[in-house]
Amino acid sequence: MSEGIGARVLRKEDKRFITGKGRYTDDIIEPNQAYAAFVRSPHAHARIVSVDASAALAMEGVEIVLTGPELVADGIGNIICGWGVTSKDGSPMNMGAWSALATEKVRYVGDAVAIVVADSKAQAKLAAEVVVVTYEELPVVVGSVDALAPSAPKIHDNAPGNLIFDWEIGDLSPTDAALASAAHVTEMEITNNRLAPNPLEPRSAIATFNEAEDHYTLYTTSQNPHVARLVLSAFYNVAPEHKLRVIAPDVGGGFGAKIYIYPEEIACLWASMKSGRSVKWTSDRTEAFLTDAHGRDHVSTAKIGFDSDGKIVGLKVNTKANLGAYMSLFSSAVPTYLYATLLSGQYDIANIYCDVQAVYTNTVPVDAYRGAGRPEACYVIERIMETAAREMGMDPAELRAKNFVRSFPHQTPVIMAYDSGDFDANLKQAQEAADVAGFGARKAEAARRGKLRGMGYSNYIEACGIAPSAAVGSLGAGVGLWESAEVRVNPVGTIEILTGSHSHGQGHETTFAQIVAERFDLPTENIQIVHGDTDKVQFGMGTYGSRSGAVGMSAIVKAMDKVEAKVKKIAAHVLEAGEDDIVIEGGAVKVAGTDKQMLWHEVGLAAYTAHNIPEGMEPGLKESAFYDPTNFTFPAGCYICEVEVDPETGVTDVVQFVASDDFGTIINPMIVEGQVHGGIAQGIGQAMLENVVYDAAGQQLSASYMDYAMPRADDLPNYSVHHASTTCPGNPLGMKGCGEAGAIGSPPAVINAITDAIGNNNLSMPATPAAVWAALQDVSQKLAAE
Amino acid sequence: MYETNFHKAATAQEAAALLNASEDGKILAGGQTLIPTMKQRLADPTDVIDLSGAADLRGINISGDQVTIGAMVTHAEVAGHAALAALCPSISQLAANIGDPSVRHRGTIGGSLANNDPAADYPAAVLALNARIRTSLREIAADDYFEGMFTTALEDHEIITAISFTAPTQGGYGKFPNPASRYAMAGVFVAKSADGTVRVAVTGASEDGVHRHGGLEAALSADWSASAVDGVEISSDGLLSDLHGNAEYRANLIKVMTKRALG
Ligand SMILES: Cc1cc2nc3c(=O)[nH]c(=O)nc-3n(C[C@H](O)[C@H](O)[C@H](O)COP(=O)(O)OP(=O)(O)OC[C@H]3O[C@@H](n4cnc5c(N)ncnc54)[C@H](O)[C@@H]3O)c2cc1C
Repeated sequence: MSEGIGARVLRKEDKRFITGKGRYTDDIIEPNQAYAAFVRSPHAHARIVSVDASAALAMEGVEIVLTGPELVADGIGNIICGWGVTSKDGSPMNMGAWSALATEKVRYVGDAVAIVVADSKAQAKLAAEVVVVTYEELPVVVGSVDALAPSAPKIHDNAPGNLIFDWEIGDLSPTDAALASAAHVTEMEITNNRLAPNPLEPRSAIATFNEAEDHYTLYTTSQNPHVARLVLSAFYNVAPEHKLRVIAPDVGGGFGAKIYIYPEEIACLWASMKSGRSVKWTSDRTEAFLTDAHGRDHVSTAKIGFDSDGKIVGLKVNTKANLGAYMSLFSSAVPTYLYATLLSGQYDIANIYCDVQAVYTNTVPVDAYRGAGRPEACYVIERIMETAAREMGMDPAELRAKNFVRSFPHQTPVIMAYDSGDFDANLKQAQEAADVAGFGARKAEAARRGKLRGMGYSNYIEACGIAPSAAVGSLGAGVGLWESAEVRVNPVGTIEILTGSHSHGQGHETTFAQIVAERFDLPTENIQIVHGDTDKVQFGMGTYGSRSGAVGMSAIVKAMDKVEAKVKKIAAHVLEAGEDDIVIEGGAVKVAGTDKQMLWHEVGLAAYTAHNIPEGMEPGLKESAFYDPTNFTFPAGCYICEVEVDPETGVTDVVQFVASDDFGTIINPMIVEGQVHGGIAQGIGQAMLENVVYDAAGQQLSASYMDYAMPRADDLPNYSVHHASTTCPGNPLGMKGCGEAGAIGSPPAVINAITDAIGNNNLSMPATPAAVWAALQDVSQKLAAE
Repeated sequence: MYETNFHKAATAQEAAALLNASEDGKILAGGQTLIPTMKQRLADPTDVIDLSGAADLRGINISGDQVTIGAMVTHAEVAGHAALAALCPSISQLAANIGDPSVRHRGTIGGSLANNDPAADYPAAVLALNARIRTSLREIAADDYFEGMFTTALEDHEIITAISFTAPTQGGYGKFPNPASRYAMAGVFVAKSADGTVRVAVTGASEDGVHRHGGLEAALSADWSASAVDGVEISSDGLLSDLHGNAEYRANLIKVMTKRALG
């Protein structure tokens, strides 16, 4: 079937997107709609002395102004962190209170203090400016290392020393012993820069409380509307779950930032109840920089030891993770279970130890951002492997291959059990595509043009799907990480798939239809994908961790199994044949080897008329399923980056980028390539351009595109994307996930290439022209001194 | 954006009158700076006077080696003007590398010069070309016009009407774009006139906005070549240090961009 698994079916959703007909939250207009604006803290750390809204309330069009104390008085709960992490000493994490509107203190620039609701956006903004908040400024700390200093200002009363937790994984003393006995030890300081997620569509919410029906509706930019509904009702107490409908319509990118339930959505729902108006808020770009959860921000030291044969004997890592001013929904899981569990990389390492101090600072909360913990792990292991190879005078690919895991399942010392992979195949495929053999000649040719050419590897592995519910529960997760689906075959034979996975750029409407087309041998145009509405879809855990394929589609497969069984029963009954003899093909349900058949839609009709179905069978043709994964999935691959540096300016040109990925089964290669391209673009962005910078007072210096450098087309190469796949044994389709791999695997390849080109390994992300030039000056000074 | 009163002027003179009559009015040219500034609520003019209908501010005039560019001429028009490109390719190339296509089709030379962003490109050209800035009141020599970051010799209610200059016999522009904004982190315009005078103007790099560089002018007067630039000491004093690069880096960029301007 041309539209089934493996076909490059054009994206069904693109027609509405490229013709400007998408329907995003801000496009939705409710009757009697009012607009919200937030009064935000201009200070990174201050005590709120008083809030005076009288001038604002007197302004034309202003409906209501609400503040933190009123929110607390109405019983609206504090914002939760959904994953409890336990410290080395057995103590629970020290979580400070986060109220949707600040009560006593503000803790970062942008912290919401009040919500103003008015007839127009302009009136709301104007009124927000005249709400007089008197602050008593407090000392500020922005960096994780500084925040741990004894003299640092205290951000939350219940987090002494600003320490949220001091967590560890692996065994310390065997790791220390292994490192002590190693023939060679490489030690590095490694920082992972802070990033602003920057989805194209900013966050938005429109909340409506219908008093007559005692019912709430929230349209919002969410990656997981059911989780939003659950948290808004069970924890924030804004509306009861059965009286709250959450709809995430078309959503223009998420990258993690739209997983969380932010103060603004809570406040809009609450303000709608208080004001009797529909309340809409749409973030502007500056607000997005100031309030969307940031990503990464790790400072690590890493030590890796090798025996005389180049085999890794141990790895020890310490990481300080900056979580910002408050703990966001998955903030605790990112620098722990999604990070340190991947430190073994593609390598067979007997001894690993990592400890992580998570720290409060006066900055925007930090949470999952495309890759979430795995890019940080990949960056540590792939930077240190490349560095070690250079120190030992070995070929970096050879050193990696010497240590590859080659038998599966492979239990690492840091929880993960890799289920499949062929790292040699990815390495070989990438090396061939990158013409590694010809690199020397290219380097020499570049040198004749005055350019410094370098090459860098990254052999990444990551973990997707997240993960068996019982397993994540035992590690502290507050939710299960299964997915649900419903397959509705209509009386006319068309099919609706209701899925808990949410699509905000991933192309589910196409790929999900493809697996149904494959199974029932139908055209994809007969299949509709429904998602993003809690009134339509039974439940769902949403889209993140590249889980929509491995988990979301597995749920669809389970539901299709049930549908198929029922279809066969009905057909066997009507055609008077054995169920085992029934086959589904070519739009018909047939008795194999005969000319007896029912058309597909005739089976649907038979199920719904119920005039002639097996005795005792329920009418209808609709099945649902919940799928709980059996393990993480482990996408892996090899990325090879080649750069040319202009030594006069430090400008780096990525001249070649080769990816060989193992994503397991690929449903739609075109969409998968698109995901890889986008992921690598974000990875190159992190490696060379993007950086959130704070000054000492906690003001973001990079809070607009004037200073925050997003990757643009001319910053990026033509990617060379390849696949060498092994089937994932853990799910029915054999899928591993492809949504984050590019962003995870690419940064170390880029930095390894640049440091190779300039002959100075002391280079942090982002490798801006100025940073590369400065590193080159260090090299020439060193040479001059010698 | 705060509320404001919008006016559309048919001529420069009418615009000047409207501006005079307004309490705290602002001229709107391409709007590529003014509109974002207003949207961010950083500007709150009582009146906005749109010049887009003022035909007398449009057009590029070339007569011999004399060039006049109307204040409302867009960057795209400068970049695409064949006769200008033949006479003074450096300014065409400069305009072609401002911002992105939508910015180039809205943004104007008058707006750029009135704004005098320290990282804007045109100020370097205007200063190096020893251009004259014609206004609703007078004509101002480039050397008297630029007074530091975002400040110019323009009076409160003065409107730029045109820019005129004599085409150089040799010239070029080297720009190092800021990785985020793509404005100049260092932009160097070199120009040599028929009488052999060399002027070198630097934008983007300095705390005081666009300025001429005496050392580079002296070196290039003696020897119009990239190798002459090698021997020039570029001081980092007074140069910008920010998250995109420190003063030493910018000093280096001035040197490299000067060489690249020479082709
Ligand atoms: C995304 C982006 C990228 C850009 N990149 C670059 C770049 O790389 N290099 C660069 O040089 N510039 C860049 N610009 C600036 C742009 O090219 C314009 O030159 C600049 O915005 C000003 O021109 P304008 O016509 O838009 O003026 P406006 O924004 O309309 O006006 C700017 C100011 O000048 C005043 N003004 C305008 N015209 C006159 C006049 N005739 N007389 C008196 N006062 C006047 C206005 O009142 C206002 O204060 C960029 C802008 C954007 C938005």
